[in-house]
Amino acid sequence: MTKTSFVVANLFRKRTRTILTLLSVIMAFLLFGLLQSVNTVFNAGADFVGATRLMVQARVSFTSPLPISMVPKLESMPGVTRVAYQQWFGGVWQENTPLIMFSTDPGRYHDVYPEYVMADAQWQTFARTRTGMIAGKQLAEQYGWKIGQKIPIASNIYPQKNGSKAWAFDLVGIFDGKDEDYFDEANQFGVKGRANFFVLKLADGANAEAISHSIDAMFENSPDETKTQTEKDFNISFVKQVGDIGLIVRWILFAVFFTLLLVVGNTMAQSVRERIPELAVLKTLGFTDGSVLGFVLAEAFALCLFGGLIGLVLASISSALVSKGTGGQFQLTLDGSVWLIGIVAIVLMSLAVGLLPALRARRLRIVDALAGR
Amino acid sequence: MLRQALAITGIGIRSIPERWAPSLVIVIGLAGVVAVFTALLAMAAGFESTLRATGRSDAALILRGGSDAELNSAFDRESTDLIREEPGILKGSDGKPLASAELMVIAELVRKDDVKNGANITVRGVEPPAFALRPHLKMVAGRNFTPGLREMIVGRGVLQQFQGANLGQVVRMRGSEWTVVGAFESHDAHDSELWCDVEVARTTFGRRGSSSVLAALDGPEGFARLKSAVAADPRLTMDVMREQDYFSGQTKQFRKTIGFLAGVVTIIMALGAVFAALNSMYAAVAARGKEIATLRAIGFGGLPVVVSVMIEALLLALAGGLLGALIAYALFNNFAVSTLGQNFTQVVFDFKVTPELVIRGLVIAVVIGMVGGLLPALRAARLPITVSLREQ
Repeated sequence: MTKTSFVVANLFRKRTRTILTLLSVIMAFLLFGLLQSVNTVFNAGADFVGATRLMVQARVSFTSPLPISMVPKLESMPGVTRVAYQQWFGGVWQENTPLIMFSTDPGRYHDVYPEYVMADAQWQTFARTRTGMIAGKQLAEQYGWKIGQKIPIASNIYPQKNGSKAWAFDLVGIFDGKDEDYFDEANQFGVKGRANFFVLKLADGANAEAISHSIDAMFENSPDETKTQTEKDFNISFVKQVGDIGLIVRWILFAVFFTLLLVVGNTMAQSVRERIPELAVLKTLGFTDGSVLGFVLAEAFALCLFGGLIGLVLASISSALVSKGTGGQFQLTLDGSVWLIGIVAIVLMSLAVGLLPALRARRLRIVDALAGR
Repeated sequence: MLRQALAITGIGIRSIPERWAPSLVIVIGLAGVVAVFTALLAMAAGFESTLRATGRSDAALILRGGSDAELNSAFDRESTDLIREEPGILKGSDGKPLASAELMVIAELVRKDDVKNGANITVRGVEPPAFALRPHLKMVAGRNFTPGLREMIVGRGVLQQFQGANLGQVVRMRGSEWTVVGAFESHDAHDSELWCDVEVARTTFGRRGSSSVLAALDGPEGFARLKSAVAADPRLTMDVMREQDYFSGQTKQFRKTIGFLAGVVTIIMALGAVFAALNSMYAAVAARGKEIATLRAIGFGGLPVVVSVMIEALLLALAGGLLGALIAYALFNNFAVSTLGQNFTQVVFDFKVTPELVIRGLVIAVVIGMVGGLLPALRAARLPITVSLREQ
């Protein structure tokens, strides 16, 4: 019998107990995987580093728009190559589904966001068509939009000149993003020459920090004071408005793992207690104190490892199902970082639950143990 | 039979200290489930109670048609004055309609635990009747703003959660400087706002009209009269709703999100806890195998054994549930947080651990205890007496 199979055989001597403990571990890691991936979604802004771009918004809040006349001033800043602008449209699809929709200048937008992949012909039509609109691939698929269709969209902010809130846009292109976005870009018209934010494309190696300071200094004490930040900070501040999701996740996981520690710890302590005479026999046969300690630790590790891995796999499967079930609205993925933290948790967990019983097994004196003292 | 069951249960419970570790597993396991469940739903309950407390049923909020939220709504001064003259609005002691035209703008303040990311805060420009319309709003420090000056008063929630708007501090917005001269408390959504004079806000931010009009209703038929009058007026395209309905309507989405999160988390945690409880009760039954066999040998029936094991599991589960509710209460009751509301601004609210939530948590604990106790109880009753007695 090899050492590995010895450990496995020991695990299954009380089959019910091991299976039940394993199931508890699986549930804990399933929850861990799911919550961590939700956390990643909410922190996703942080990974999408495009330090080559700066976002300029009104200092009070991005909900108060800035005049578009700022564009030439911004564009003349050294280090800034191109400026695009976006105005929140408050788009509403059908009954009451809000869309993430901005009006923008197509040419400038294309220059600043080259990663949105769309045929050149479509970009040109977008620029030419006053009522043009482009949509992300996933969004178009979700609502069954086809290029060439006229899409009726209402705005809860901008009425048309005749007072009606119903607009209609020609869908002239569908883009594929490097990142997952559900943006819908409508052609700029009639929004009183203002924009919620400007997106600045920087020249290679430009000093982003210095540029942002000089922009803010330029407009200081004007009616349109600005706040300039990197795209990353801008995205994070967006997410943080929702609330501290990370805090909630941390509290739940704390409760889960604290409980789990007790459950598995109890199982391990119990199984060592029951086997004291056996462990003494092992020592009598010549196994060193260290290897007896190893056996017990290996058992704890195996329990946590099997449970943890199965739980993480289940979490991957269910998050894939969630992504599919919500039509891609909510992209959950267990990326490498979640797995890495999971593995670390498995190792720490097995040390925490295995160390005490293992030390007890190591300290065991053969005579006492065999005599049942 | 009952007496037998009680006798065995008594022995079982008295022997819990001898095998405290597995019993503790049940208690702590269920405490974890119930604490998480209660805390998550306490968040939804707190948000809801804050918004429900906001707004009266005898006041109407008038927004531009199709706007949904004050942030999207804007209309000019002429419309504002027209609305004020519509029938159905209560007259104040001065004989004028008791209505406040308000202008909503957004300022960015930084959370206390943050350094740079700003969060949106509602700045509400109000007319003097605004205070009569919200009688529960009380000044708690400093004084009210002086009409005509760039002064502000700050809600308790903003004071608690955000920096930069303390008494005496200057809030800068679009090149204008506003001094915070007082703090107020209203125990509702207005706690998350800054208030100032609407006229000063109009001139400072270059806005001519209003975002909304809040009007006290004249008697029970006032709402219907006002609504039909506004609808019939060809010069106005407005939505008229009861103030209370407007605020209560905003809780649906948050409730759904939190409810879903709490559901998924609780189900997974509960499954884990069931397995742990099964484990513990199997261990308990095994530890008492000889004792139970002896009892059955001297004439105790199988059913009392099942009942007693179940009762033990339920008591442990109940203890765990209570502990969990207590933890949730101690850690989170009145814990203030804020999230994004309908106006794309922050709404500050407190977690509320309500008795109803505690009861729901205890029900979950009891169900888990039942499931966790049943199988081990059956095993205890079924084990052949001779086998158990012979076990060492």
